[in-house]
Amino acid sequence: MRATVITFPGSNRDGDVARALKQAGASVAHAWHADADLPAGTDLVVLPGGFSYGDYMRTGAIAARAAIMDAVRAHAARGGYVLGICNGFQIACEAGLLPGVLMRNAGLKFVCRMQHLLVQRADTAFTRAYSPGQVIKVCIAHGEGNYVCDAATLQELEHSGRVAFRYCDSAGNVLNANPNGSLNAIAGIYSANLRVLGMMPHPENLIDGLVGGTDGRGLFESLVRAA
Amino acid sequence: MKARVTVTLKNGVLDPQGKAIEGALKSFGIEGIGSVRQGKVFDIEVETADRTRAEAMLKEACEKLLANLVVENYTIEVLG
Repeated sequence: MRATVITFPGSNRDGDVARALKQAGASVAHAWHADADLPAGTDLVVLPGGFSYGDYMRTGAIAARAAIMDAVRAHAARGGYVLGICNGFQIACEAGLLPGVLMRNAGLKFVCRMQHLLVQRADTAFTRAYSPGQVIKVCIAHGEGNYVCDAATLQELEHSGRVAFRYCDSAGNVLNANPNGSLNAIAGIYSANLRVLGMMPHPENLIDGLVGGTDGRGLFESLVRAA
Repeated sequence: MKARVTVTLKNGVLDPQGKAIEGALKSFGIEGIGSVRQGKVFDIEVETADRTRAEAMLKEACEKLLANLVVENYTIEVLG
């Protein structure tokens, strides 16, 4: 698995996600937003968390038009893997890699805390190390994580198994566990070919028992097994 | 020429910021506030005197960056 982590001005989780990937056994390269091309042989592109361009305009909007994003779109169109975490999910939506948009949290507050997620399916390149219906404990840290799309898109996402994760409580109940007002408590979605994943929570924070847990490891281990 | 682009949320899209502003205004006792929706205004200087070209250019700017058409509408006014 050769992963390329892209750094935009204001990205701040690029180092953490690189560490998580290396721990799982991936080789990791870095690319800059102004680069025209991805390193040859890239299997997975990671759009990391942070506050690209200070969240100016709309979260992820300016980063989504960066030079490197043409190469990322071409990579996705070839069937390459793309993982967008937090600001990376916002960038992926703005770039047209995933449908919908992340709006301001319904409660208007930046939410930074541990959060349980329900793994909807465990047969994708991102989740094979988990089991379907598994509850994992990761963390969230965002002000704009409220997933919104039109009714037809939502129906398509639900009917074709493209919801990757939902917010839930420790017992896996989705009701009343929604931290930001996302439609159907959506925490992450896949592209139609299941090779692009965007998610608001941070699995890369939960890879070391010393700092909160290891439930995030499965995602990176799954990816390393996939390519 | 000067132009103004206004970007607003589409009807039906939840606007928590607008709701919070609405609540604050009502709490000040200002009479007659029905509801508030928040949007964005961009004042843009365009380097052409051709109104049609300016409008076409601003439409492209809106669709490429200024508005997210999933949840937002835009209006363009070329002020001259």
